[in-house]
Amino acid sequence: MLYSEKVMDHFMNPRNVGTIEDADGIGEVGNAKCGDIMKIYLKIEDEIIQDVKFETFGCGSAIASSSMATEMIAGQPVSKALELTNKAVAEALDGLPAHKMHCSVLAEEAIKAAVKDYYDKNGIAYDPAIFANMGCEDCHG
Amino acid sequence: MQIYADNAATTKTSRTAIDAMLPYMDQIYGNPSSLHSVGQAANEALTKARQEIADCLGCEAREIYITSGGSEADNQALRSAAYFGAKKGKKHLISTAFEHHAILHTLDQLKEEGFEVTLLDVHENGYVTPEEVAAAIREDTALVSVMFANNEIGSVQPIAEIGAVCREKGVLFHTDAVQAVGHIAMQVKAMNIDMLSLSAHKFHGPKGVGVLYARRGVPLRSLINGGAQERGKRAGTENMPAIMGMAAALKEACANIPKNTEHLTAMRDKLIQGLSKIPHSVLNGDPVKRLPGNVHFCFEGIEGESLLLLLDAKGICASSGSACTSGSLDPSHVLLAIGRPHEIAHGSLRLSLSEENTMEEVDYMIETIPQVVEYLRNMSPVWRDLQEGRRTYVIQ
Repeated sequence: MLYSEKVMDHFMNPRNVGTIEDADGIGEVGNAKCGDIMKIYLKIEDEIIQDVKFETFGCGSAIASSSMATEMIAGQPVSKALELTNKAVAEALDGLPAHKMHCSVLAEEAIKAAVKDYYDKNGIAYDPAIFANMGCEDCHG
Repeated sequence: MQIYADNAATTKTSRTAIDAMLPYMDQIYGNPSSLHSVGQAANEALTKARQEIADCLGCEAREIYITSGGSEADNQALRSAAYFGAKKGKKHLISTAFEHHAILHTLDQLKEEGFEVTLLDVHENGYVTPEEVAAAIREDTALVSVMFANNEIGSVQPIAEIGAVCREKGVLFHTDAVQAVGHIAMQVKAMNIDMLSLSAHKFHGPKGVGVLYARRGVPLRSLINGGAQERGKRAGTENMPAIMGMAAALKEACANIPKNTEHLTAMRDKLIQGLSKIPHSVLNGDPVKRLPGNVHFCFEGIEGESLLLLLDAKGICASSGSACTSGSLDPSHVLLAIGRPHEIAHGSLRLSLSEENTMEEVDYMIETIPQVVEYLRNMSPVWRDLQEGRRTYVIQ
């Protein structure tokens, strides 16, 4: 099997698929040319992620990574969501094939992009270094 | 239910092939090069198998060189023609942009060795014309290699006409016919083919065995050196069970081409008709001049690997030209060659049928595939953007 059981479970039964109408933060990373786009919607109250949804155009591991990542940040403080690494997502999925690791990177970046959008919209000050080195270059390895 | 619709990848080995192979494991197990009776029994069988293969292609037995498969045959054809040409100062090779990697990667290596390569552009329907081949031929052209039928989109090339152009200009002509042999009647002499590659496992023969046909007088160069097998052009003790299986499978496939073509094209055309109803989908390859069992679509707004995984879960084994299925980052070079943009090429699906598939299976696929496409589109931000006008449809 190419994928672990966990990956297949999150791919076949993805958690948190959809959109949030009045989202407080929306992040979209990747591009259609590369073959994967991830979009994360956050509902935030009192600095806690009350609700999270995703939409993904991509392969099995991209969908599974989105699903797992949203599950890992749901109900967490925003600061915790920012600490989520692609490695943690991949580990929670019992690993991803080497050439699919960029899918977990996309999940990490989509969450960061959504938080940045929330900070920007609400005039919350932040250290720009947190959001450095993000972009589609990652998918070109 | 499990539907196997990936016969362009490989086919199930037929009962006929298996029965032909088994005696060559423990009964007629001799080395065909041995002088004693056990060896000679194998040698006789080999001679007969070679003749059967030649009969199916319309050539002589001595023009059949057995290889480990289509890739080896492609490698040997290209290198033989290139090195022969180089001796006469001809170092230009012509092929097409949508060949199999066995051709393209060999050409890349030959380029590094100082050869010049022209890759012809491919029309949107997946073909090159004899006129385009003629226009590309130069004084120093050593070889033209054009595939008989494309392995992804199934489009069939005007091979006899291209062969005629090459013959007229005095240039060697090779065709990678791996997807065509056993499915389309083959007459190498009438089609002006100097060299042809085939692979047994594409027509219900075993894996790991194939043929390079080389017309008498074409100077082959051996890639594998050693004993004098295959007229000194391919060393190594013959894989007797595989060769016997290949000959039996080819004979059976060729005898059944008219019957199989009728059944396959009926299923193929019904599938094409059914899947064309999916909004923003496009058939790749020519609607008529295509392999009888090939169906190939792009669906906008989704990615091919997730489509394959979901179809597999619903019992449909298929294939895709998506980058994610190949381990590379770029989608299929074939789809890019016929002008499909990257974002569309990622969402491709190939269904390749065999005569064992049924109309009931076709109906199930026509019912299931649109549901899976819709499910994936519903979670795709690309699809949402398309629907809400933030992105423009590539496929109308």
